[in-house]
Amino acid sequence: MSLSHPSPVRKAKNSIAYVVMGLAFVVACVPLVSILWTVIVKGAKDFNGYFLSHSMRNVSENQNSGGAYHAILGTLEQVGIAAVITIPLSLLVAIYLVEYGRGRLAQAVTFFVDVMMGLPSIVAGLFVLSFWLLGLNNKASGFAVSLALLILMMPIAIRSTEEMLRLVSPALREASYALGVSKWRTIVKVVLPTALPGIVTGMMLGIARIMGETAPALLLAGAAESINPNVFQNPQGSLPLFAFNESQNPSAFAVNRGWAAALTLIILVMLLNLIARLIAWWKAPAASR
Amino acid sequence: MSSDTPPAVAEAQDEAPKSSAPRSALTAKAGLGDRIFGGSARGAAVFILILMAAIAGFLIYQSVNAISKDKVDFLTSFTWDPDGNTTANGDAEFGIAAIAWGTLITSALGVLIGAPIAIAIALFITQYVPRTLGTVFGYVVDLLAAVPSVVYGLWGLLVLDQHMSGVSKIIEDVLGWIPMFKTNGTYGSSIFTAGIVLAIMILPIIAAISREIYKQTPREQIEAAYALGATKWEMIRLAVMPYGRSGVTSAIILGFGRALGETIAVAMVLTSVPGLVTRILQPGGNTIAANIATAFADAFTTGRQALIASGMILFLLTLLVNYAARLVIRRSAKKAGA
Repeated sequence: MSLSHPSPVRKAKNSIAYVVMGLAFVVACVPLVSILWTVIVKGAKDFNGYFLSHSMRNVSENQNSGGAYHAILGTLEQVGIAAVITIPLSLLVAIYLVEYGRGRLAQAVTFFVDVMMGLPSIVAGLFVLSFWLLGLNNKASGFAVSLALLILMMPIAIRSTEEMLRLVSPALREASYALGVSKWRTIVKVVLPTALPGIVTGMMLGIARIMGETAPALLLAGAAESINPNVFQNPQGSLPLFAFNESQNPSAFAVNRGWAAALTLIILVMLLNLIARLIAWWKAPAASR
Repeated sequence: MSSDTPPAVAEAQDEAPKSSAPRSALTAKAGLGDRIFGGSARGAAVFILILMAAIAGFLIYQSVNAISKDKVDFLTSFTWDPDGNTTANGDAEFGIAAIAWGTLITSALGVLIGAPIAIAIALFITQYVPRTLGTVFGYVVDLLAAVPSVVYGLWGLLVLDQHMSGVSKIIEDVLGWIPMFKTNGTYGSSIFTAGIVLAIMILPIIAAISREIYKQTPREQIEAAYALGATKWEMIRLAVMPYGRSGVTSAIILGFGRALGETIAVAMVLTSVPGLVTRILQPGGNTIAANIATAFADAFTTGRQALIASGMILFLLTLLVNYAARLVIRRSAKKAGA
């Protein structure tokens, strides 16, 4: 038998493997298409200006009315506060790990960032519950949700920033040192600007990830049907929580609102993902595009 | 050190490896800016440690409070009634055995269904498809990771579950002689449905990590396999899969860890039923995370503390799983180094 012509059995196995792997990709696309399709079709029914600009105040669950404004506002504020705290903090931690950390502390921090990476969102919620609510006797509020979200965003932000900082060529740092520039100025003026697009991408993916977290809001946000712009006091709405609560209701109108909330959430998350990826692609060196 | 080396260089060589203090390469003393900047970076790093210690501390404190009120064995009891709504004298009785079992079985099912598909996708994208198309396909699979879990729950409950009764019935007809696959005649909202939702949710994670690993298969090994006359599939089995084994194993374990902690999607899909559920095709079942989500609203003080105690167990479980994943990687790195 010649070598260039494998036996029919081997050929058949080869083709079967090809088909099976291609099918696996198709199988994975089925739920994706189904999810996006259902959310768009069912969500579009209620998704309009009224839905986006009104709350559920004085709206009963089986009424065909009301909207998600209180929830959208709540989610944006909670995620915004979490991001404002997380971004500088995780930047500093990543800088410490890449530029300063050598000894035990750096090892410990790396280990615990890994641990935080695997922390289930409900456990982050439980921690804030036992610390902020039960321990310090605060009431449910948007800020409590922010605290849980920042615990979830921190490891993602640190890890991605760390990776980007490590990609910065040591030659750049050495060139800066050679000019007599101090270490902190080198980091701020040379290292960070070089890694900036990658860092921004990582942060935005982190924000997109925490925006869809329902579990912490379920434990910490309290029940809110009216608009509450104050994150520090009184229960505040949350978009994923709103989608969850509406879907648990037997009324068809409530379920429709749930789908519309899901659509709003998906649009926000996908938009963040898209912008993040565009920044990464736009700033990437031409060779890796 | 040889005596003819200039002293300045000798000093630099001596100091280079152990210089952890924040300072520039040229100035001997760190400036004020350096000290402030380095100090705040260090402070942020220390904050992470304090945060983790606080998480562990507060969880343990509340859990101990709850478990001390428990009238049954926390680790082996199947009941969950910490507020004593149905027990005699209103005693707190709760144990995590049933929900821990539910957590493990749904996650295992998720991995069993999701991992092979994810690996096949990773191979398809890295080995069969041209590179540019592969990048696009990769993005498509990554999109699954961007879908929020509440949307998975909504879809699983209102779309997927309707299609599950047919599939479940076929499985029961074929495998019904195994007790696990027997049902009471109703299907859906089951452990099986939850397993499928989890499979879809962890698929992009496993696929993304496997893709990165398979991509790095050494060119020489691939060409060596071809030189021996291997077909493409034989080449993959000879070169690509052995190269990626440990990395992909740890990816699967990480996916399992993610499935353990998934809350909302599982809570929405499963119909919670008290006690131990072993039949995976009929409605019913509960997981630690889903139990926290569904029982929280009606829980009083002891109830909340009991839920925190169960969350503590979940935390330990995911910690263990993630550690196992890291161990697999470290072992293989050692082997490669030796």
